[in-house]
Amino acid sequence: MRQLLLLSILVISIGAFGQGLPDVTIQTLKKQSIKASELTHDGPMVVSFWATWCKPCISELDAMADYHEDLVADANLRMVAISIDNARTSSRVAPFVASRGWNYDVYVDANSDLRRAMGVNNVPHTFLLNAQGEIVWESNRYVPGEEEVLIEQIEALAHNEKLKLNRGEIMRSQSTQQ
Amino acid sequence: MKAFRLALIAYLLMPTLHGQGKVSVLFQSDAQWYLEDKVLDPTGEFYPDEEFLGQGHALITYQSGNFTAGLRYENYQNVILGFPTGYRGEGIAYRYAQWQQGDWNFTVGNYYEQFGSGLIFRSYEERGLGLDNAMDGVRLIGDLGNGLQIKAVMGRQRLYFATGEGVLRGVDLGWDLTQPFPKLLDKGVFASIGASFVSKFQRGYDPILNLPNNVGAWAIRGDVSKGLWDWSSEYAYKINDPSYDNGYIYRPGQALVSTLTFAKKGFGLLLSGKRIDNMSFRSDRNAQQFDLFVNFLPSSTTPHLYALPSLYPYATQINGEQGGQVEVSYQLPRGSKLGGKYGTLFVFNASIAQSIDKQVLDDGSMAQAGSMGYQSDWLKAGEIPYFQDINASWSKKYSRSYKTMLTFYDLRYNKTVLIDGVGDAVILDSPNMDSVIHVQAVVWENQFRLANKQTLRSEIQLALADGYRGDMAMGLLEWTISSNWTLAAQDIYNYGHPTPSRRLHYPIVSVIHFNGPTRFQIGYGRQQQGVFCVGGVCRVVPPSNGLSISITSSL
Repeated sequence: MRQLLLLSILVISIGAFGQGLPDVTIQTLKKQSIKASELTHDGPMVVSFWATWCKPCISELDAMADYHEDLVADANLRMVAISIDNARTSSRVAPFVASRGWNYDVYVDANSDLRRAMGVNNVPHTFLLNAQGEIVWESNRYVPGEEEVLIEQIEALAHNEKLKLNRGEIMRSQSTQQ
Repeated sequence: MKAFRLALIAYLLMPTLHGQGKVSVLFQSDAQWYLEDKVLDPTGEFYPDEEFLGQGHALITYQSGNFTAGLRYENYQNVILGFPTGYRGEGIAYRYAQWQQGDWNFTVGNYYEQFGSGLIFRSYEERGLGLDNAMDGVRLIGDLGNGLQIKAVMGRQRLYFATGEGVLRGVDLGWDLTQPFPKLLDKGVFASIGASFVSKFQRGYDPILNLPNNVGAWAIRGDVSKGLWDWSSEYAYKINDPSYDNGYIYRPGQALVSTLTFAKKGFGLLLSGKRIDNMSFRSDRNAQQFDLFVNFLPSSTTPHLYALPSLYPYATQINGEQGGQVEVSYQLPRGSKLGGKYGTLFVFNASIAQSIDKQVLDDGSMAQAGSMGYQSDWLKAGEIPYFQDINASWSKKYSRSYKTMLTFYDLRYNKTVLIDGVGDAVILDSPNMDSVIHVQAVVWENQFRLANKQTLRSEIQLALADGYRGDMAMGLLEWTISSNWTLAAQDIYNYGHPTPSRRLHYPIVSVIHFNGPTRFQIGYGRQQQGVFCVGGVCRVVPPSNGLSISITSSL
């Protein structure tokens, strides 16, 4: 009970929200280690957690592929896909990505270190970061058509329009301002 | 321990209250209300003593500059059916502090880590299965320059709300060769090598067997990538380690995994092979089920994405197996005559796993406790087929409103080994006692986009099996009403079960609601008895009927 109380206080007292990705090591498809915190961009950046065994994840990244080229050109988008495939399936990632023609920056988080650090429960989980590295929107599901919501957010961010934040993000935004 | 927890929490709270640092929270809770179902479970064998079971956890992570700390509170009141019953009660089961000092990273408390592909060391979690072998101890990761990285770990592994008896010590060296030899990059070559060593200490007390107090294991690995090709391999060796898993034999363990890939836009190829011989490695030689695994032995098969094929999952046989996989994927280009506006994707996958060669020892014995167990020839294949999967899929997006996918499966599933858990020695003693089920399945999935941003997804599945579960059909409809609400209904009809009284319907209806990063799901229906797997690790799930509730959120 005492532990629960302390945890409640901790959760209630959260006063800040993240800027940029955590300082956690992930791997490129060439098996080179890099720090996730090095993934930055001077415009909107989408970070999408996925796996080769996750159907909705594949559907989401397939759907985004139809718009990716235009979004890079028009909204200066950088699209990052973080695979949480473990040793069983991580070797599938490179041919999997190539055959689908995904032109994203793809990395592997084989032991889920970045996934834990970013509070990702299940995949798919997609974050949208602004040029300052602040997470301004996130979604932990994909259903067909959901990509349009993300695209709206990207375009709005790219044009410095006010984001359509849900209640959770409004709270975060207020916390950040405090 | 309590003082450590309170000190850690206090440390977390102080800067947070002052608006410094970053905090993330991850929350999940699952509960199930069980109803008696005399048709599904006539004798009440699987019906729990408590009608309502639930569990949950929250992981809180704090980061400020080079410092990170976190804890996870877990609560099991009591675990839902199929989950390991060792989880009971509540408490902070995971807590750590980590900081970066120059090129060195220090961790005290709990941590997850992996050496290479994990053949001799991987601490990780699969919360959906109740698998968590987090280390509790210290870890050091250092950048030695010139692409050389060292990892050193020491501690004991989590065992529910305690730690296992064995002490682990390990070191791993990884070397990115492109840094000392930059000319490799000029030639388009990426190369890395690595080596690791892990030692387990556990006192051995046995009136008959001379059990080793220390068990050492080592592994070497390499990866070379040039142009569109990539080749990676890892070999591991473990000295004699008599254990419950291997029947207390003294044979050393070995494992080899090798994978070649080719990745070009529109085309992907994967070839992999592996051989595992007596490589179960736990920090307690008497541990069973998911408890205290030190290493991770990936299976060379591909996880299935649809419900009926997933009823025939494969998990690595840790006492020995050999197998391989080939996967070819090709996308007809977008805009081409055959590919259509959005392209058309074909994927072919074939994988196989079978026993390794096992011959009696010179004294005529096999798998006797206290002996070397058996003899094995690397160049010979074993006699027992475990699993074979040949599948092919075709998917095409015709327009923004319609996408369709068709997948065929041909599976050979050794139920005696994979479900009943019968060992090689028993089967070799009684040839043809094992039951290999032949399953042929087809899945047709369609996605439609409707007006007002609504979507409809359907699946029709059929699996024909010559035994075990028999023939099954399934239909699923998933209707997304808005970006926040989804309704789903499915029914599996096991119309061809060999036992007529088991020819049942398994209907489930679900409502899923999203509110920002919070996901709320409620479902009602029958759950089939089966094996639930994540990432190649599986647990048995009993049949049940009732209401399930799941909430996940992050902050």
